[in-house]
Amino acid sequence: MNAPTEPTRKLRVATTSLAGCFGCHMSFLDIDERLFDLLPLIEFDRTPLTDIKHCGPCDIGIVEGGICNAENVHVLREFRANCKVLIAIGACAVTGGLPAQRNHLDLADCLQEVYVTEVSLSKGGIPNDPELPLPLDKVHPIHEVVKVDYFIPGCPPSADAIWKFLTDLIAGRTPKLGHGLISYD
Amino acid sequence: MSDTQTFLLDGEEIPFAPGQTVIQAALAAGHYIPHLCYHPEFKPHGSCKVCTVKVGNRTAASCTLPAQAGLEVESASDEMNDLRRTLVQMLFAEGNHFCPSCEKSGNCALQALGYDLGVMTAGFRHLFPDRPVDASHPDLLLDFNRCILCELCVRASCEVDGKCVFALSGRGIDKHLIVNAPSGRLEDTDVALTDKAVQVCPVGVILKKRVGFAQPIGARRYDASPISAQALADAPRAPAGDGRCAACEEAEEK
Repeated sequence: MNAPTEPTRKLRVATTSLAGCFGCHMSFLDIDERLFDLLPLIEFDRTPLTDIKHCGPCDIGIVEGGICNAENVHVLREFRANCKVLIAIGACAVTGGLPAQRNHLDLADCLQEVYVTEVSLSKGGIPNDPELPLPLDKVHPIHEVVKVDYFIPGCPPSADAIWKFLTDLIAGRTPKLGHGLISYD
Repeated sequence: MSDTQTFLLDGEEIPFAPGQTVIQAALAAGHYIPHLCYHPEFKPHGSCKVCTVKVGNRTAASCTLPAQAGLEVESASDEMNDLRRTLVQMLFAEGNHFCPSCEKSGNCALQALGYDLGVMTAGFRHLFPDRPVDASHPDLLLDFNRCILCELCVRASCEVDGKCVFALSGRGIDKHLIVNAPSGRLEDTDVALTDKAVQVCPVGVILKKRVGFAQPIGARRYDASPISAQALADAPRAPAGDGRCAACEEAEEK
C-alpha cells in the first residue's frame, strides 16, 4: 500500500512503553523502508526514539504495555491529556498481557518469592528505594484507566498491521485490519 | 407446486426440512451464521447466544429456534454483529484468554470469531479469575482459564462417548467446568485420548500433552482462512451420538 499524500502540517506523534517489553516498538520499526514514507507525514514528540521526557500536545499517542505501577498511571494520564487520538498497541496495553499473568497471585507473595524466598533469585530483600515507582496490586489494560480511541491487538502486532493501521488513520479512514493482520498472539 | 418449505434469511429464501433449526437450514443452504457453542454433531445448547438472529422485533438463538415457513430472519446486519461482538468481548473479559502463550492459538474458535467480527479489545474490565489447572492426567491437560462454558465436551462425553466425564457446576458468574470424579481430578476418570470429548474443545481447555506447537503458529487452521469461510464446509454433518447416556437419562427422570 502506498503512503497517504503529504498533509499541510506534520502530525505530531508520541509513543511510550509502560508495562511492556518494547516488542511493539520493535515491530513498529520493522516497517523498515516504509519509515521513509512515514517520516514526511509525522514528527515525534516524546518517544524512546527521541528521549524527550514529557509529552506535549500531540495528534497521536501510541501506548505499549499495561499499567503495573504508579508511574505508568502518571505517564498514561499525561498521554491522554495531550494526545487527540490515543492508541493502545499490543496485547499488554489491550489486555494486560504477560505482566497481568500475576493477577491471580498476591503481590506481596510475588515480591517475597522473587526477592527473599527463592535462593537463586534473591538479591538481599525487597527493593525499597524511594526512586522506584510502587507496583500496583493488579496489572490493568490501559482502557481501565483512561479512555482509549483505538486498539491494535497482537504480541506484537505485525509491522504490516501497524503500517495498515497508521496509514488508514493518517489518511482519515477508519482503521480496519481484516484477516491476516488482526492477531491476538 | 413444490412441497419444500422456506423461510427468509436476510431476504433470501432458505429451504428447510421439518425438525431443522434455523442455523441447521441456513448452514446447509450455504449461509453462515456466526456461532460458538453450536456443533452439528450434538444437541443444541443455546448458551453462548453468538448465533442470535432477529425475528420480527425479537431476538432468538438460531441454534434452538425451529425453522418455520414464512419466518423473516435477520442475521448479517450491523445490529446483530454488534451484539455478537459484545458477547465475544464478554467471554474474553470473563476468563483468562492470554493468546500469546496458548497452544490453541490459531486453532481456537473463540479467537477466530474475534478476528472475524473485528474484536480489537475486550472493552470490559477484565475479571482475571483464579482458576488452577488440572495436569493430573498423564496425557491430557485441563486449563480452566480458557473455558467459555460451551458444554461441547459435556455433550460429547455424554452423547457420544457415554462417559459423562465433564459437567458444569454452579450458577451465574460462579458457573464452571468440573470433572465427574470423587477427587475432581481428570486422572480419576475413564477419559481416553480417542474420546470425542477430547477432540471438540473449541478453545484451549482440553489439551493433549506433548503436542504443543508441533503445528507451528502461522500454519494453523484459521491462519489459512477466516472461520466464516470454513464453517460452511464443516457444518452439514450427521449427529455423532444417539442422545444422553443411560446414567444421565436416569438422573434426569428422577
